[in-house]
Amino acid sequence: MYAQMVKTDSSKVRDLSEMTDEERAFQERIDRGEKIEPTDWMPDGYRKTLIRQIGQHAHSEIVGQLPEGNWITRAPTLERKAILLAKVQDEAGHGLYLYCAAETLGVSRDELIELLHAGKMKYSSIFNYPTLTWADIGAVGWLVDGAAIMNQVPLQRTSFGPYSRAMVRICKEESFHQRQGFDIMMKMANGNSAQRHMAQDALNRFWYPSLMMFGPSDKESVHSAQSMAWKIKINTNDELRQKFVDQTVPQAEYLGLTVPDENLEWNEDKGGYDFSEPDWTEFFEVLKGNGPCNRERMEARVKAWDDGAWVRDGLMAHAEKRHASRTAAE
Amino acid sequence: MAMSGDIIANDILFEWLLRRGDTPLILGHRVSEWCGHSPVLEEDIALANVALDLIGQSRLWLTYAGEVEGKGRGENELAFLRDAWDFRNFLLAEQTNGDFGKTLMRQFLIDAYQVPFLAALESSGNERISEIAAKAGKEAVYHLDRSADLVIRLGDGTPESHKRMQTALDMLWAYTGEMFAGDAVDEAMFDASLAPKPENLRPQWQKTVDMVLDQATLKIPQSDFAHQGGLSGRHSEHLGHLLADMQFLQRAYPGATW
Repeated sequence: MYAQMVKTDSSKVRDLSEMTDEERAFQERIDRGEKIEPTDWMPDGYRKTLIRQIGQHAHSEIVGQLPEGNWITRAPTLERKAILLAKVQDEAGHGLYLYCAAETLGVSRDELIELLHAGKMKYSSIFNYPTLTWADIGAVGWLVDGAAIMNQVPLQRTSFGPYSRAMVRICKEESFHQRQGFDIMMKMANGNSAQRHMAQDALNRFWYPSLMMFGPSDKESVHSAQSMAWKIKINTNDELRQKFVDQTVPQAEYLGLTVPDENLEWNEDKGGYDFSEPDWTEFFEVLKGNGPCNRERMEARVKAWDDGAWVRDGLMAHAEKRHASRTAAE
Repeated sequence: MAMSGDIIANDILFEWLLRRGDTPLILGHRVSEWCGHSPVLEEDIALANVALDLIGQSRLWLTYAGEVEGKGRGENELAFLRDAWDFRNFLLAEQTNGDFGKTLMRQFLIDAYQVPFLAALESSGNERISEIAAKAGKEAVYHLDRSADLVIRLGDGTPESHKRMQTALDMLWAYTGEMFAGDAVDEAMFDASLAPKPENLRPQWQKTVDMVLDQATLKIPQSDFAHQGGLSGRHSEHLGHLLADMQFLQRAYPGATW
């Protein structure tokens, strides 16, 4: 998932006895594993939290086109170019179904886009990092999509029906994306010395930002508990981060690359790796707008939207003319 | 000279195949430059899809071109290791994206050509050509559906969208004549029953263009002037920059496997 630190408007989870009858019936449906559909009653907080979470996820798919698009025109072979184009097309498609899922909650795509452009909604911190070499396209697929899958697979079971169904489809495509990323990394890691250097450098730069994708430690995630009670978050940030590290370290070893963490060590007792936390100060700076590419990413999106206004207006005007002439003919 | 089934000289067939492969390659590259910057999400998806189809078509033509040439060059050597003077795309394809209107008009003018051209190639005496044309032709048909529809909607949209589409048409019109010019290579392909003469496709192209532009309330420029040079390798300044971008990795790291 590309949603981090989604606010829930509540600081603690109430138990069933503190709820109104409607709220209790709603919570019991969730506890029984039923899906909530758009026309069902839902607490305001649930609706707002989902809009934030799904909207943030959708925005991430759209902004995420930019770092990958940065290499589409420079892809090294025609096959790589075709695969990357197909991948970026999928990402835009994910954005589309997610905006549609959000629309079922009563907010329009245009409203969400305006909130993003006004800086009132976020997208994943990871897309504020630059793609500097072709190996970064491999690292984005391998690590970034890998981290996203880790979060999205459980979300297929999330309580909100449209979100859960969007996730089923998205997960299928994401696993193909991750494989293509790993395939690029294999070629680079087994390539000439410049390519091996690019591969290691990409891992060095993307490792910690990928760990940040899961959000801050559970100890500091004040909103997690309510989201988990509502089943719009299934695992804690730390559980998912641990799972990601455990899965990824052997892959890095297979590639002959070194994970940039001196404290990385297998811990037999917990059956997982011990590893260093990312620099959370950097994470909060990136969220505040101080990542390497925040400004450029937003400028690019706002420019695309503003430059495209005449196209959207033209299409609307034509549709209205057609409608008017059809109505006149009837 | 090596002959291909005694029908046509390999160097002529090679030259003709480069023309088929280079136009979608260069146009696909241009379209892919839009990634993440289009006016609306549906168009991000559509543009990526069109670019993907065009790159796919180019790969089929260039792979075959490499085989016909017989010097061990494949699609990647041909795409990434030729300089501008060896490219054989229409000048229209390499024109810069400009605004969405210019990109769309460029696409429409080429799609309206590709549909009858590829349809005619399906009855080529060369089986490989007819197979590639059958696949590419299906894609060209839906590319034309989309580009014609959008040209009509934006031409007959707001005064602003109308003005932009007319400007795009005026800017690109002088690059359309080249598609029908034809030369000795086209003559030889026609004589061998392998391909249509480009000039014979003009009436069908003109019919589509007239019909769509009329519905779009756009005026066809009166000038018949046509820029030439794509087929002989004399390109605009734009192509060199496009290639510098596209070929960067293959040029900077010769012999690497990607």
